[in-house]
Amino acid sequence: MNKYAETFTKGLLKENPTLRLVLGTCPTLAVTTTAFNGLGMGVAATFVLFCSNIAISALRKVIPSKVRLPAYIVVIAAFTTIVQMLVQAYLPAIDKALGIFLPLIVVNCIILGRAEAFASKNPVVLSALDGLGMGFGFTGALVLMGGIRELLGNGTLFGWPEGGLLPPISIFVLPAGGFFVFGMLIWLTNRLSAKHDPTYMPRTELGCAACPHAATCARVSCEKEAE
Amino acid sequence: MVNPGFFPLLIGGLLVNNYVLSQFLGICPFLGVSKKVGPAVGMSAAVIFVMLMATAATWPIFHFLLAPNDLNYLRTIVFILVIAALVQLVELVLKRFVKPLYNALGIYLPLITTNCAVLGVTILNIDSNYTFIAALINAFASGAGFLLAMVLFAGVRERLELVPVPESLKGLPITLVAASLVSVSFLGFQGLFGL
Repeated sequence: MNKYAETFTKGLLKENPTLRLVLGTCPTLAVTTTAFNGLGMGVAATFVLFCSNIAISALRKVIPSKVRLPAYIVVIAAFTTIVQMLVQAYLPAIDKALGIFLPLIVVNCIILGRAEAFASKNPVVLSALDGLGMGFGFTGALVLMGGIRELLGNGTLFGWPEGGLLPPISIFVLPAGGFFVFGMLIWLTNRLSAKHDPTYMPRTELGCAACPHAATCARVSCEKEAE
Repeated sequence: MVNPGFFPLLIGGLLVNNYVLSQFLGICPFLGVSKKVGPAVGMSAAVIFVMLMATAATWPIFHFLLAPNDLNYLRTIVFILVIAALVQLVELVLKRFVKPLYNALGIYLPLITTNCAVLGVTILNIDSNYTFIAALINAFASGAGFLLAMVLFAGVRERLELVPVPESLKGLPITLVAASLVSVSFLGFQGLFGL
């Protein structure tokens, strides 16, 4: 497999941002009450990730490394604002369903994480493919989780059929169901990965490796544990 | 402009619309820094502090600078920059003038810049059309709700360390299931005082 195909496909399964790297947990838990909302959030975040990866990669030699994080945040915030305006204008139903989580794409750690870990070190085309792959992986995980929660909690899938397939268990669309389904999905991912690849280390902690604050965070836990 | 009053805002932020357990804001620190009660309290105290400062800074900026000039669409980009700059400034000031507070909270401050709970509270204050006083009360109540969730959950996790858990559920999966159960207990507050 050449490096372009590999960069694109690694985000889908091997380094899936939601299920394997466990990043961007807030939107994952909050908007997945229905499969359609998950799709809306995924597409919006994919657009921001794709555009910000291209912009940051193109500017990677211009941005001084000392102020790179504020610079990345400005780029990401600009694209988030564009998405927010587009969604408000053309898809008001999605805007209402996603609510505060639409502007909060700006602090989604998948996007800042990819800017820091990939786009700041790689050429434009590769960064664009990385953004698309990661975005599709995120969207896929959100649709999967939204589908499970909608099917169990509401009896429907993408709002179909009218009356519902199953008797609804409404706890699954409540916050508690979100935590539970996410926990089960991570468990399933760990199990399947371990079966597929015996050397795979199951993820037992929140995915911090790609987060720009990982160093500070690790310092906090280490110092506090040493006390 | 609305001001629902001190008591409804406090109960709302603390119990009914708890930021972490009902609204899913600030999940990263909730899962990441909740292994022990001590750091959980420190982190939450820093979050309350930054939420109050951020609201005090962004509310006037929005209502006196952005809204009169029809620049509402710049809200996201301006707020995140103001919060990032503010956190840096607070860190410097605390380090120079209030050393004990810096020793207690300073280490958590950089983590909070891109915490969605902080940006979330500033945006929700504008969306809810709160007065300045109501916005500050709401910021405090939301932060206090974060503290409550963190401390409760850190207590649960300290107990969880001693429990035999099936191998494949260890770590994150069982933590999320525990979070789900803590969240169920907060469902009991739904509709309290008509909130």
